[in-house]
Amino acid sequence: MEIHRYEKLWFVVSMLLIIGFIATITYGAVGAGIQMVDDEGGTVDPDNIGDYEIRDGVTFEDLQEPQAQHVEGNEYEVAIQAIQFAFIPNPVEVPENSEVTMYITSPDVIHGYKLAGTNVNTMVIPGEMTEITVEFDEPGEYGAVCNEFCGAGHEEMEGILRVVPEDEWEGDA
Amino acid sequence: MGLFVDDYPDEAWVVRAALASSFLALLIGGLMGTIQALHRTGFLQVIENSTYYTVLTLHGVSLVILFTIFFLVGFYQWAITDSLQRPSENIRLTKAWYGLMVLGTLMASIAILGGFTDVTDMSADVLFTFYAPLEAHPLFYLGLATFIIGTWVAGFDWFRSWWAWRKDNPGERTPLRTFMVLTTMLMWYLATIGVAVAVIFFLLPWSLGLVDSVNALLTRTLFWFFGHPVVYFWLMPVYMMWYVILPKLSGGRLFSDPLARIVFVLFLILSVPTGIHHQYLDPGIAEGFKYLAMTNTMFLLLPSLLTAFTVVASMEHGARQRGGTGYFRWLTALPWDKPAFTGMALAGLMFAAAGFSGMVNAGMNLNYLVHNTMWVPGHFHLTVGTAVALTFMAVTYWFLPQITGNKVFSKRLGLWQVVLWFVGMVFMANAMHRVGLGGEPRRTADPFYDGVVFDTALGSISELHFQIALGGVLLTVSLLMFIAHVALTWFDVANRSTPEPEVLPPALSGPEHAPAVLENLRLWTGIAIVLIVLTYTLPLASIISSSGFFGQAGTIVAGMLDLVITVAQPLLEVGP
Repeated sequence: MEIHRYEKLWFVVSMLLIIGFIATITYGAVGAGIQMVDDEGGTVDPDNIGDYEIRDGVTFEDLQEPQAQHVEGNEYEVAIQAIQFAFIPNPVEVPENSEVTMYITSPDVIHGYKLAGTNVNTMVIPGEMTEITVEFDEPGEYGAVCNEFCGAGHEEMEGILRVVPEDEWEGDA
Repeated sequence: MGLFVDDYPDEAWVVRAALASSFLALLIGGLMGTIQALHRTGFLQVIENSTYYTVLTLHGVSLVILFTIFFLVGFYQWAITDSLQRPSENIRLTKAWYGLMVLGTLMASIAILGGFTDVTDMSADVLFTFYAPLEAHPLFYLGLATFIIGTWVAGFDWFRSWWAWRKDNPGERTPLRTFMVLTTMLMWYLATIGVAVAVIFFLLPWSLGLVDSVNALLTRTLFWFFGHPVVYFWLMPVYMMWYVILPKLSGGRLFSDPLARIVFVLFLILSVPTGIHHQYLDPGIAEGFKYLAMTNTMFLLLPSLLTAFTVVASMEHGARQRGGTGYFRWLTALPWDKPAFTGMALAGLMFAAAGFSGMVNAGMNLNYLVHNTMWVPGHFHLTVGTAVALTFMAVTYWFLPQITGNKVFSKRLGLWQVVLWFVGMVFMANAMHRVGLGGEPRRTADPFYDGVVFDTALGSISELHFQIALGGVLLTVSLLMFIAHVALTWFDVANRSTPEPEVLPPALSGPEHAPAVLENLRLWTGIAIVLIVLTYTLPLASIISSSGFFGQAGTIVAGMLDLVITVAQPLLEVGP
């Protein structure tokens, strides 16, 4: 088959571009440690979300509090239910300089959870437990929106996540 | 050889009918888009927020299913008949699949339109993606299934023409256009397995009350099994137009026939095993499966990049035939006064921009920033909304005379129309991308929240909202110009002389240069199936083994399904 010289060159450059993209994404995953939302949270009975066992002796219900619960060091945990058309609890507070594992799930339909202006973003699917770990380095307030259509009230579904300065943190430490 | 309409009047009737259906869907879907662009930016709100989602469902289904696919079947019927130089084997079958598609459309439309009125409980406010457990009226799912079965029969009809042609022309290379139709349809058969299984085994029984729950992640995964390759179902006819019609319009010939075939084979192989890239942020799917979908997606850039080369090279060749010279000056020698050419060239330009935003979407860790924000509809208004829609509209100016026997009403009106679409989309899609980067969600009636503020790096969100609304209005004007123009030509208002038949020139490097293995469609389909099995078996097995076929709370009502489950479950419970 006859292939023009320029076309061969273009093919090689295209392949390098593609391989380059894959390499940068691989670096993001392995080097920079950006983990994807995955199946770590396992499944959950959408009719009995509160009973979902996060680990021995700690259930979803225990963590579904307005303030993140301390685990150890700078690690915290919080659980949020996304329902038509609210996030519960709301608002949620976490301390500054913390690493917070968020457990999010839904008893009804598919929702989304996104903190505006950040890359904290995940799908929330009934029957599945979303588990994401986020670092909050600076105090501030973030707006959370449901970013998947969830019914005729979807545009009302929002929440607040407050990162409280360390010296003002009144929660579990 | 005369005009297509004179040589094949029956086939031309089906082509015209399919195009008419397509344009009706374009008109309805487009006007819904106008309502949305003005509503969600706050400029003009003539509907309730809750009605917005009925409008959005109608917009999505009309444009990405009905407009695109009706156009495809019409155009492909022409491509098959014209390139094989033979009428349908059985015109009644040809009319039957068109009828099935119309029937399916009516069923789904009734269900969607029910959402506008309180007279009936019927509704299908589930958007184009119909993610369960959002539930539509059973008629919606039935309509969808009927429509897809119609496209399956169409594919069979075209294969039948090809089989008959092969018998009469042993040893000859399949004509390029036929080859493109067949590879597209093979891809489509594989892709629609996902949505067919989701609809027939899960969503329909559930909406009829035969089973009382669904596995939301399973039906969503099956949707995306179909949902990504469907974009290639929109794009492959566009690629055919870019490969076989654009070079002619430029005044030249296609650069390379074999490479065009390779591109279509690559689409057949790689289109389906990428769907999980729409689920990068889904819980319940392991990172490894997402990584695999990401690499497949990146390799799917290759056929598009190769197409970019061939399209530009063919245009340059045409320009030089017309006396163009210089490194870039040849661009001025192109026939910019022809709406068909200008529209396709502008659509191609926008597709390049769309490619870049698509690469961002495909980068799985970058995707966190843009997933389900306005960036995503910004992206696909460049792909399906411009690369596909503008090419379809532009090609109509070339195509309509062939199938109606009437000359196009006015070249100048056509030119204004395609340019206006381009300009409107530059405003709208660019602004959508930018508000998306600021975090504004897609698919919402009202992105003005009490406690959430979106920031944009440059300018302001309200300025970008203005650009979205302005772009939406320009697009509406362009759309109405197009529909009016089609009607004026169709009914031959100007009563002009009969157009000349168009003959497509052969490629510079013809099919005789293509390796014979390219003709082996079984081989390519086999490879495609292997890749699908490799990418999808484990994720699906894992989803089913952890939550079952019908979700955790599911109890099966119908005995028939019970039996199916008992038989099928052990086979599928081999996941990790």
